[in-house]
Amino acid sequence: MNISCFGLSHQTASVEVRERFAVAESALPEALQRLRAIEGVEEGLIVSTCNRTEFYVAGGVAQLPPARFFQEFYNGLRSDDEPHFFGLWAEGCVNHLFRVVSGMESMVVGETEIFGQVKRAYEVAVREKATGRRLNKLFQKSFHVGKQVRSSTAVGRGSISVGSVAVDLAEQIFGKLEGCKIIVLGAGDTSEKMARSFKTRGARQIFVSNRSFDRAQVLAQETGGRAIRFEEWEKEFADLDILVTSTSAPHAIVTLEKIVPVLRHRGDRPLFMIDVAVPRDIDPDVHRLDGVYVYDLDALQAMAERSMEARKQEVAGGDRLIAKHVTEFQHWLEKSANLMTAPGACLACEAD
Amino acid sequence: MHLDFIGSFIFVADRSWIWLAAYCFVLASAYSGYTLFAGKFMAPRLTFGLVVAGFVCQTIFLGIRGHEVGRCPITNFFELLTFLSWSMTLIYLLIGSSYRLSLLGVFTTPFAGVLSIWALLQPESGSVPVKHPINPWLEAHTSFSIVACGAFALAGLAGLMYLIQERQLKTRRPSSVFFRLPPIRTLVVANSRLLWLGFGLFTIGLATGFMIGQDIDWRKVAWSLVVWALYGGILLARIRRSMATRWVATLSIIVFGLLLSMFWGIRFISEVPPVR
Repeated sequence: MNISCFGLSHQTASVEVRERFAVAESALPEALQRLRAIEGVEEGLIVSTCNRTEFYVAGGVAQLPPARFFQEFYNGLRSDDEPHFFGLWAEGCVNHLFRVVSGMESMVVGETEIFGQVKRAYEVAVREKATGRRLNKLFQKSFHVGKQVRSSTAVGRGSISVGSVAVDLAEQIFGKLEGCKIIVLGAGDTSEKMARSFKTRGARQIFVSNRSFDRAQVLAQETGGRAIRFEEWEKEFADLDILVTSTSAPHAIVTLEKIVPVLRHRGDRPLFMIDVAVPRDIDPDVHRLDGVYVYDLDALQAMAERSMEARKQEVAGGDRLIAKHVTEFQHWLEKSANLMTAPGACLACEAD
Repeated sequence: MHLDFIGSFIFVADRSWIWLAAYCFVLASAYSGYTLFAGKFMAPRLTFGLVVAGFVCQTIFLGIRGHEVGRCPITNFFELLTFLSWSMTLIYLLIGSSYRLSLLGVFTTPFAGVLSIWALLQPESGSVPVKHPINPWLEAHTSFSIVACGAFALAGLAGLMYLIQERQLKTRRPSSVFFRLPPIRTLVVANSRLLWLGFGLFTIGLATGFMIGQDIDWRKVAWSLVVWALYGGILLARIRRSMATRWVATLSIIVFGLLLSMFWGIRFISEVPPVR
């Protein structure tokens, strides 16, 4: 199997090293030409993202030391660069690509962005006529495998950031967020991120309240919400669904005394409170009230970490799936190589 | 003589439809339960398709049996349980699609399956019952009462799902099951509407029971009134907002359990008085 991969990634190199070897998307056509100019390279493709720069090649460069490959491509290396490179051949290379496309090699396991990045890299290589039948087959297969791994395992499921965990919880409490009334207390960075997360998932009634009314107005404008004065936010409590607090108050501003009388008029509507302030803005005892759910930063962070752990545990299942596809691809490649060397290979070539 | 034999054969063979329905429900509950708790991808159409298939089998049975007995087929305990399972499935199919509670099927199918198997365990004489003239009040009484039980069963299941969701939210350690069950607000609404639906139907069933035109068994009436009052009390507390949602959900389960466990109470509905 004369398919190889030479590269460096977040697992082998720091960001300072990675940025030196990155290939910008605009520079890809020229880089692909340079890649194909290396002796023995018949087909080539470059995947360059912020976390990895990888060269996939088909041809007679298999078993080439990675440092020599990089030396030839970049035309010069630093003395301490060598340990950052890796080289993979045959099944190892195929397995690696399938894992990359499935998000299993990503810094955030299961993230989906890499799928699109590899797809774009493949499109550029095809446009530049840098790929042939082997790499075409390999990359098309990798997209199929990537989709299958994501749909058959939980490798990409569960939120892994505090903001998306909070929005997921809100959706599990209320269903669609379109009709939910949300108040964001505080207008700092955290509040802004939360407000944006809610807006992205369809929330339309976002109210922002802050001690500085001007700042509240700015955030309200950015999130398509409405600003309310800090002294007035409690009046909105009766028909409130979600409260996000992120103020710098030194003590709890939402207490049992304030909440209990309001709850009597709310019926069976749940109330979801997200307290991302330190020190906390909401009295923890409020969580004990019926139909009220208070999640602070620790609780959200713990959920995000559990999701990440769960994703990592799914990697084994993904590997089993990938192993099957690697074998399939290997068979195809061997069969294809036999056809190429058999008498009448040109006919076989055309038929394929 | 020959026709009697064929009639008896069909009468017994129609139970095969309930076997088929039971297979569908057991299969659906095994599949949906496995996918839910193992965190696997669930094909909702497969579960839904199996529920529909089970429902169609039950409907065919009730159609054949109704034709045989010449009235609403609730003449013995086997038919009562089958009708109850059918009612519950019917309401699930209506409510499930309306309120996007497809996962209610995970909880409905095992219960429908258990009811079907329980029904099949009930012996039948095998003889074709004598056709009686139809008493519309009796028909209305029995069918409304049992469809009401179906609604109460689903209210209890929605309540159970609510308690699972609520518990996970309160402990702040929601599992993967939490994210696959319906939103808690949807469950509250579904529980409430199912309770109202069941209560309305049960009230009609009770009222029509007084119109059958036979001697009233006050013991049975008292039992029915207790159930009616309990559900009425839950709904009243809900209107007055004097009961926590958690308690409404808990009582939906307890009162339905009471309804189901009171064997003689169920028999009350199944023991159809002779039509005059």
